[in-house]
Amino acid sequence: MQTYYPLFTAIPLAAAFLNLLLSKISMKVSDYIAFLVTGILSVMAVRMLFEAPFTYAVGNWRAPFGIMLVSDGLSSLMLVVICVISLLSVIFSTKYMTMYTAKPKYYSLFLLMIAGMNGVVITGDMFNLYVFLEIASIASYALVGFGTGKKELEASFKYLVLGGVASAAVLFGIAFLYAITGTLNMPDLAQQLEVIGMTKTVGFVVALFIMGFGLKASIVPFHAWLPDAHPSAPAPISAMLSGVLIKALGVYTIMRIMFNIFGKNELISAIIMFLGALSMVIGGLLAIGQKDFKRMLAYSSISQMGYVLVAIGLALKPGAELVVASLALIGGLFHLVNHAVFKSLLFLSSGAVEYRTGTRDLEKLGGLMKKMPVTGSACAIGSLSIAGIPPFNGFWSKLIIILALFRGGYWIYGSVGVVVGFITLIYFVMLQKEVLFGKLPDSLSNIREAPFAMVMPLVVLAALCLAMGIGYMAVEGHLLDPAANALLDKVAYMNYLVGG
Amino acid sequence: MILYFLSMVLLVMGLYCLIAKKNIIKKIIGIVIIEYSINLFLVLVGYRSGGVAPILVKGMQVEELVQKGVDPLPQALVLTSIVIGLGTLALMVALCLRMYEKFKTFDMSKINTLKG
Amino acid sequence: MDRLEQEIRDTSKGMTPIVKTIVRFVMGIIVIFGAYVILYGHLTPGGGFAGGVILASAYVLLTLAFGKEMGLSKMSNMAASILDNSGALAFVLIGLLGFTGGYFFYNFLPKGEPFQLLSAGSILLANMAIGVKVTASVFAIFMALSIFGRIIYKAAEGEERESEE
Repeated sequence: MQTYYPLFTAIPLAAAFLNLLLSKISMKVSDYIAFLVTGILSVMAVRMLFEAPFTYAVGNWRAPFGIMLVSDGLSSLMLVVICVISLLSVIFSTKYMTMYTAKPKYYSLFLLMIAGMNGVVITGDMFNLYVFLEIASIASYALVGFGTGKKELEASFKYLVLGGVASAAVLFGIAFLYAITGTLNMPDLAQQLEVIGMTKTVGFVVALFIMGFGLKASIVPFHAWLPDAHPSAPAPISAMLSGVLIKALGVYTIMRIMFNIFGKNELISAIIMFLGALSMVIGGLLAIGQKDFKRMLAYSSISQMGYVLVAIGLALKPGAELVVASLALIGGLFHLVNHAVFKSLLFLSSGAVEYRTGTRDLEKLGGLMKKMPVTGSACAIGSLSIAGIPPFNGFWSKLIIILALFRGGYWIYGSVGVVVGFITLIYFVMLQKEVLFGKLPDSLSNIREAPFAMVMPLVVLAALCLAMGIGYMAVEGHLLDPAANALLDKVAYMNYLVGG
Repeated sequence: MILYFLSMVLLVMGLYCLIAKKNIIKKIIGIVIIEYSINLFLVLVGYRSGGVAPILVKGMQVEELVQKGVDPLPQALVLTSIVIGLGTLALMVALCLRMYEKFKTFDMSKINTLKG
Repeated sequence: MDRLEQEIRDTSKGMTPIVKTIVRFVMGIIVIFGAYVILYGHLTPGGGFAGGVILASAYVLLTLAFGKEMGLSKMSNMAASILDNSGALAFVLIGLLGFTGGYFFYNFLPKGEPFQLLSAGSILLANMAIGVKVTASVFAIFMALSIFGRIIYKAAEGEERESEE
C-alpha cells in the first residue's frame, strides 16, 4: 500500500479526464467509471487504516526539497470518510442525476473534487495543499452552479467570490511563512517555527489561515455563502459539500496546521473556541425558522461544525491536561465522522424526497412516512442521530465533547453545547413533523418509494449511524485514537522529516 | 521595502474594488487584482538585489548560481498560482455570462433572489 | 488563386484584408515560437503552460482576423475537447509511469547530457503534454466565451427591444 499512496489523487484525476474522453463514444460509461473509481478508492482507504504511519517522497526527491506525502492516523481517517461518502453519493447520483443533463461532465467534476480533497488530506507540503485546495474548490464552484438556474448561479457566484478571497488569504499566509522560514515542507515548517516562536508575523499568518480555512469551513463570521451554496447544488453534491468538503478543506486543514505546525497556543485556542461556540449558537438559531428542507440542513451544518471547532480549541489549549485534551479531540473527531455520516444521509434523503415530490418546501410536504417508508425511516434515524438521541452515534460524540468541556473548566461553553443540543432537537423534530408525519397533502397522494439506487445508500448510512453508536468502543480504538494521537504528538510529526 | 508596501496597496485596492463596486465584472477584476498583488508579493519574497535569473546557462558554475541567483521556488509557485488564477477567472466569466443571460443585468444589487 | 487568397479578399467575414495578410505571415512565426518555448522548457524559461498559451494565442489571432468559421475549421470544439483531455491524461500517465522506477513522478528516462534538447528525462514529455492541454483548453475557453457571449448578448438585446416596443 505504501508504494501506491499517491494513487489516491492520481486515480480520480486520470479517471476524470478519461471519463470525458470515453463519454464521447458512449454516455453510459461514465456511471460505471465513477462507481468503479470510488469503489477502488474506498477499498484502498479502508486498507490504509491498517498501515503504520509513513512518509512518501514524490519522484524520489528528498524531503525538504521535494513534495512529501504523509500518512498518519488523521489522514487515514479523513480518507475513509471522503472515499466512502463519495462512493455512496455516486451510487445515489446514478438515478438522481437523470434529472439534469450533461451527466459525464458532472461525474468528471465530481472526480476532480475527490482528487482535490484526497490531495489536501494526504499531502505534507504547504503549497501542494494550496493547489489541491484550489482543485477541489474550483470543481465545487462549478458543481454548485450545475443546475444553471437563477438561484444556482447566484449562489455559485457568491461562493466563488468568497472562496476566491479565502484562497487569496491562504496563499498570502503561505507566502509569509515562506518568507519567514524559507521552506514549505510541513514537518520542516514545524521545526523552524519551534525555533522562531510566536512572533507578530507568525500571529498574522495564523490570522490569515483562520480567515482562509475558516471561510472554507464556514465558521460563523465567514458563513454567508454556505446556506446558499449547499442547497443550490444537486442533492449528492450537497451531501458531499456539507458532509465532506467543508471538513476536508476547512476543519482538517485547521487541525493539521494549528496542531502540527504552530503547536498549542493559548490565543489560538481561545479564538477557535469562541468562533466555534458562535457558530453553534447562530447556526442553530438560524436553522429554526427555515422553510426549505435543504436550507435548514445547511444551517445545521454550521451549527454542528461549531461543536467540532470548540473541541479542537479545547485540545489546543497548552495548559489543558492530556486526558482532557485527548478526550476533547476524540469527541471532536468522532463528531466530525458522525456529521459526515448523518448529514450526507439527511441531504441524500432530501434528494430522494425531491426526486419523487419535486419540492423541498417544508410547507408543501408532509406524511411521507406512509408513502416512502424506507426513505422516511432513514431520514428519521438521521434526524435522531444529529439531535443526539441515544443509542445513535451523535449522542456519544456530543456527550464526549460536553464532558470534556466541563472537565476542562469551560462551564459556559459546556452549557452552550447542551442548549444548542436542545435547539437541534427542536428543529429536527419540526422537520420530522413537516416532512414525515402530519397530513399528506392531496397533491402527493400517488407518490411511490424512491428507486433502489437511491434507497441503498440511505440504508447503508442509516445502518452506519446505528452501528457507530452501538459499537462506539471499536470506532474509538481503531479510528479515533490514532488520529487524536497523530494530532497531539507534534514531535512525531516533526520527525517525519528525517524519518521519511 | 517600498515594493512590499506597494503590493499591499494593490491588495487593498483589489479588496475595495471587490467590496464597493456593484458591477459583477468589476468584482471579478477586484479578485484578479488581489490574486496578482499576492503573486507580486511572492515574487518579491524570493528576490535578492543584484541577483541573476536562476537558470544554469552554459559556462556557468553551480557555485556562482548559488551565490548570485534569486530564489527560484517562489517563481515556480507564482507560475502555479497564475495557472490556478486563469482557471478561476474563466469559471467566473462563464458564470457571469450565464447570470447575464438569466438576470439581464450585471448589477449585483439587482440580483437578489437569495436571502443569504 | 488558392482558398486562403479568397478568404483574404472576402470582406464579409472577419477584419480587413490588411489584418488578414499580416496574420497570415505572423501565424507561422507564432506557432514556431510556441513550439520552441514548449520544447526548450527544460533548458530556458518557459515550458508547457507558457508555450501552450502562445500557441493558443495564434489560434485566437486567426479567429479574430478571419472569423469563427476559420478558427473552428482549424480546431473544432470536439477536437479541442479531445486534445484537452488526452493532454491531461498523458500528463497523469507520465506520472504513473514513474512507478516503473518505484515512485510517483519518478524521472524514469535517461537524463542525457546537460544543455541538450533530449535531456532531463520525462520533463520534456510532461511539457509537451501540458502544452497540448493548455493550447486546447485556452482556445476552447476563448471560443466558448466568445460564441456563447454573443448568443446571450443577442438574446438579451432582442428581449429588451421587444419590451420597449
